[in-house]
Amino acid sequence: MSLPISLEHVTHAYSTAAGPLPVLKDLSIDMPEGSFTAVVGPSGCGKSTLTRLIAGLMKPDQGIVRLGGAPVTGPRSTVGMAFQNPVLLEWRTILQNVMLPLEIVSTSMSKTQQQDRARELLALVGLEGFEDKKPSELSGGMRQRASLCRSIVHRPEVLILDEPFGALDAFTREDLWQTMHELRAKEQFTCVLITHDLRESVFLSDRTVVFSARPAFAQRVVEIDMGGRRTLDDLYAPRAVELLAVLRREIQVAQGRDVDPPAASPVPVPGVANRPVEHVAATAQDPSTEAPR
Amino acid sequence: MNALRKIAVPLSAMVVFLLLWEVLVWANGWPNFVMASPSDLPPAYTRYWELFLSGSWQTLWRTMVGLALAVVFGIVLGMIMGFSRLAREALYPLLVGFNAVPKATVVPIIALLFIGQHDLNTILMAFMISFFPIAVSISIGLSTLEPEYRDILRSLGASNTTIFWKIALPKTLPEFFGALKVSVTLAFIGTNLMEIVSPHGRGLGALFDSGRTNADYPLMFAVLIALAVLGIALFYVVVALEKIFAGWAERAPG
Repeated sequence: MSLPISLEHVTHAYSTAAGPLPVLKDLSIDMPEGSFTAVVGPSGCGKSTLTRLIAGLMKPDQGIVRLGGAPVTGPRSTVGMAFQNPVLLEWRTILQNVMLPLEIVSTSMSKTQQQDRARELLALVGLEGFEDKKPSELSGGMRQRASLCRSIVHRPEVLILDEPFGALDAFTREDLWQTMHELRAKEQFTCVLITHDLRESVFLSDRTVVFSARPAFAQRVVEIDMGGRRTLDDLYAPRAVELLAVLRREIQVAQGRDVDPPAASPVPVPGVANRPVEHVAATAQDPSTEAPR
Repeated sequence: MNALRKIAVPLSAMVVFLLLWEVLVWANGWPNFVMASPSDLPPAYTRYWELFLSGSWQTLWRTMVGLALAVVFGIVLGMIMGFSRLAREALYPLLVGFNAVPKATVVPIIALLFIGQHDLNTILMAFMISFFPIAVSISIGLSTLEPEYRDILRSLGASNTTIFWKIALPKTLPEFFGALKVSVTLAFIGTNLMEIVSPHGRGLGALFDSGRTNADYPLMFAVLIALAVLGIALFYVVVALEKIFAGWAERAPG
């Protein structure tokens, strides 16, 4: 099962010594059931705040976050999370690490069924034979694979990925992208992926939301109309190149950099929801909203 | 081969140490009241072996009880300081100040506070001198837990108690055992301070003191060696426990 996620006019600020620091401003996003949404944006624009709001680890100052129509009031067992740091427990074997959520979430599964479930996932991501190894015996990419297994072992309705591939080398990252497609084909969840990698967002997501600089709003939503299962070759298809160019331009706008005149950008892409154009113009011209770096 | 090496290497180091000691005393022609030599020790042991056995037991059990108290108190205090920033800010200066006071100066105070309660006084001393490293290590271990570790469980709706048992405590164990190794030797110092200084003391410390008053210098050195042996034994008990409970933190060499 998977649930739709929706954010309605979410505004949030952190209190700091220098006064409130607004991070999200009137943010509205809809993520349909079973969809894969990537969120890209300048550094420190509040992307991770978004994940914590959806996971119920924080409450927004204003606005509502809904999972399957019901407002999020706190953490819930139907959420899975994975981070840039795989945070595996060093004293447990890989199998025991993957089974950790099953110890928290009450399931009707017997111990054997839990083990079978964990083994099945580990095999799916190519970690067969490593079940009884300790995390310190595995490479960074393998640890991240185990971390992904742990995030979905309890069949969450919502999967939140906060830059899980960010610290990996380029080849390992591409391997894991393909693993992600395989997981998606097997398992059912609505996925939110935070990333800094535009190619990653084009390769994995159904739609990519570009965040503005802090305080962030959805500057633009780009539909990635490239079909379901993708191969790395698809990333070099004309359509992917077009989408990448669109995203790159949006990021530059979000960063407040000088943007090439629209004529230099690729032909307008059909199917791209070009929501708040007026925001784009305002951000580009107003030097006071320049992104912090 | 490896097991043999593990025993043979430290053992031969000890033999070398004793030889050097013997040579040092012999070469300088020191009489016993300057420094006794290792060859003077066996007679001391054979003559007072009953006192050594009972004294060692006295010292050992008081040290262990004091250390056990220090472990319990240190863990509780460390948890309070690790989870609450307010408690950390309030207690740290107090603790550091307490630890900075030389414990030898506390001995007469305690001895007067609980007159005649020699067992209690000794245990108290061992406890007071050894809980600090444990409390600090636990509090640092808990307060430096990466937020992601907490989040993976918290996002599933796990309680703070679950997070403590499943993640925070095991993750802090290596630091805890590091501190415990320091505390073991400190606890011995505490026990002996009280045994030596307080009148009518018991245990190895009192045996040392009687050697001093009777000008039996070989006995004093024999007590020091006995204390060292006890210290080594207890230290390796901690090492064994560490292997069992926190062996995962040890990486294969290379």
